[in-house]
Amino acid sequence: MPQSNPHGRFGPFGGQYVPEVLMGALGQLEREYASAQADPAFWKELDWYLKDFAGRPSPLYFARRLTEQLGGAKVYLKREDLNHTGAHKINNTLGQTLLTRRMGKRRVIAETGAGQHGVATATACAAFGLECVVYMGSEDVRRQALNVYRMRLLGAQCVPVESGQRTLKDAINEALRDWMASVAHTHYAIGSVMGPHPFPTIVRDFQAVIGRELKQQILAAEGRLPDVVLACVGGGSNAAGIFYPLIDDREVRLIGVEATGEGLDRRHAATLAKGRPGVLHGMHTIVLQDDDGQTLPVHSVSAGLDYPGVGPEHAYWHSTGRVEYVAATDAEALDAFELLSRTEGIIPALEPAHALAHAVKVARELPPDRLVVINLSGRGDKDCVEVARLRGQSLA
Amino acid sequence: MNRLRQAFEQRHATGRRTLIPYITGGYPDAATTVAILRRVDPRTCACAEIGIPFSDPIADGPVIQTSFARALERGFRVETLFGALEQQRADIAVPLAAMVSYSIVYRRGPRAFIAAARAAGIDALIVPDLAAEEADELTAIGRELDCPLIMLVAPTSDAARRRRLAALSEPFIYYQALAGVTGERSALPADLAAHVHELRTETGKPICVGFGISTPAHVAAVAAIADGVIVGSALVRRMNAAVDQGAAAEEIATVVGDAIDELARGLPAE
Repeated sequence: MPQSNPHGRFGPFGGQYVPEVLMGALGQLEREYASAQADPAFWKELDWYLKDFAGRPSPLYFARRLTEQLGGAKVYLKREDLNHTGAHKINNTLGQTLLTRRMGKRRVIAETGAGQHGVATATACAAFGLECVVYMGSEDVRRQALNVYRMRLLGAQCVPVESGQRTLKDAINEALRDWMASVAHTHYAIGSVMGPHPFPTIVRDFQAVIGRELKQQILAAEGRLPDVVLACVGGGSNAAGIFYPLIDDREVRLIGVEATGEGLDRRHAATLAKGRPGVLHGMHTIVLQDDDGQTLPVHSVSAGLDYPGVGPEHAYWHSTGRVEYVAATDAEALDAFELLSRTEGIIPALEPAHALAHAVKVARELPPDRLVVINLSGRGDKDCVEVARLRGQSLA
Repeated sequence: MNRLRQAFEQRHATGRRTLIPYITGGYPDAATTVAILRRVDPRTCACAEIGIPFSDPIADGPVIQTSFARALERGFRVETLFGALEQQRADIAVPLAAMVSYSIVYRRGPRAFIAAARAAGIDALIVPDLAAEEADELTAIGRELDCPLIMLVAPTSDAARRRRLAALSEPFIYYQALAGVTGERSALPADLAAHVHELRTETGKPICVGFGISTPAHVAAVAAIADGVIVGSALVRRMNAAVDQGAAAEEIATVVGDAIDELARGLPAE
């Protein structure tokens, strides 16, 4: 166990496991974020962009037909899919782009899995006139061709990564390698609550707007907090964003849903279910590794959950038991994807379709006076081609 | 007795420069690693560096990445490499430093990993993704088991960090010539000499320079300002080519050994 220190730790998890060449930049980012946090003008400007550019607040939608069909608890959807660019990722990229400008850096790099963070980064960079390079595993480039085109349309360079498994993990490696050489003038806008300190904290804080809004909205609609809140967990940014403001409200059950892929005994990405403490991508967290510390291959139908680690704060919440972590399979997520499309007229992204798949089981078991909220972290347009392919249809 | 520490103490007294070759360990198999190391001349090389293949090497360029990926495809295991080194250690004259990701050290547990490394005849560790901030535990165990930790100082390290790293690092300081990943470069960074001189005024410990050093001319230029010259990708590129051709352990050892001899011609004459 690494020694406990107050430096970016969540219990024993977190820390900074990166090459020395990046330590100066992490220190600069930490100082800049501390100064921004204390600066009302920073938050005022961010709020303005979140409202007038990204379209916040996102609605809390009562899913009437889904509720009736399940015959259990009242189901609400936190509509992050309605944000500009179609997912929660824009909350973080607007914040990090403002930080980039504060630091006087002119270039932003990012990794992306499903392409949503890449698109959100490219969008924020276009809005601020910054150069943008996005690394994306070539397997994900194939699965998410539409998002690749969107990034290029927005003026970003999208670089396919051919190493390793050619998915999110490898895109992060390549972004870190770029940053090793470009750190003087480049900011690495990490897309999830992961990586070395201070990224897990910064990304969580920028995403916490989801949970703050939810509290206000559910109090206005129902006069009380929800009984259960569910969110999908890959790196875990949408989950951290909706959970964090509710962490001290002990009566609210918080459930994170990982991707079991083809099943726990086959190819999966269920890090908290099957992983163990380890170090990856600059953080001490729970990881999927072999006995030598080599990262294991992972699989999920959803490119955004296809990751062998998890944000260190989730590892901490898992260890304390404050958040329950469960998992849904590819097949369950695909069924939920189709279910929400038909019952509510909302096509969800495959990532939150995992949360939805588990929410269906939870809501059915609860009486009608209970409240269940699902963080609908993104919309599913990007997934239509891949789902059609998996269902044996060609859209070409 | 720590052979690496001893070698650097002797050299430091005489001011003799050294070449430090880096090879990927267990690539394509442990027998090749042993064959190469047996060929390394301790008069030229105060130390050889063994890179431990890792699935996610964020500090490495394409050449070393390729070697790691191929070693892992062939079923590389730390235990197999350490076992072979332990068996053959008496035939290997050169002191050894292992360059290893903290992910691998952590998995086995720092104490168990260092104990296994020492049993394999490894004299020091370089853990490139372990920041000084996180290094207390490993340094303490290393001190106990006579396995010093060699720290990297980067061009982006400020004066306070350089002093902290220099104090931790033993028996030499690894100065990373450029901000970036490992790999051959056509020219050395223009500010390299200035940075090394600056570091000299801050520490009395030997300074060895690596990253981007590719040719005997580079070796000569770096040996003029630093105590040691670390060359990795230029050697691993030759390993990759030899493995591609299906060369046997002794053939790969000859290719790499000849390349080390050629690079060593850049060192100043005795």
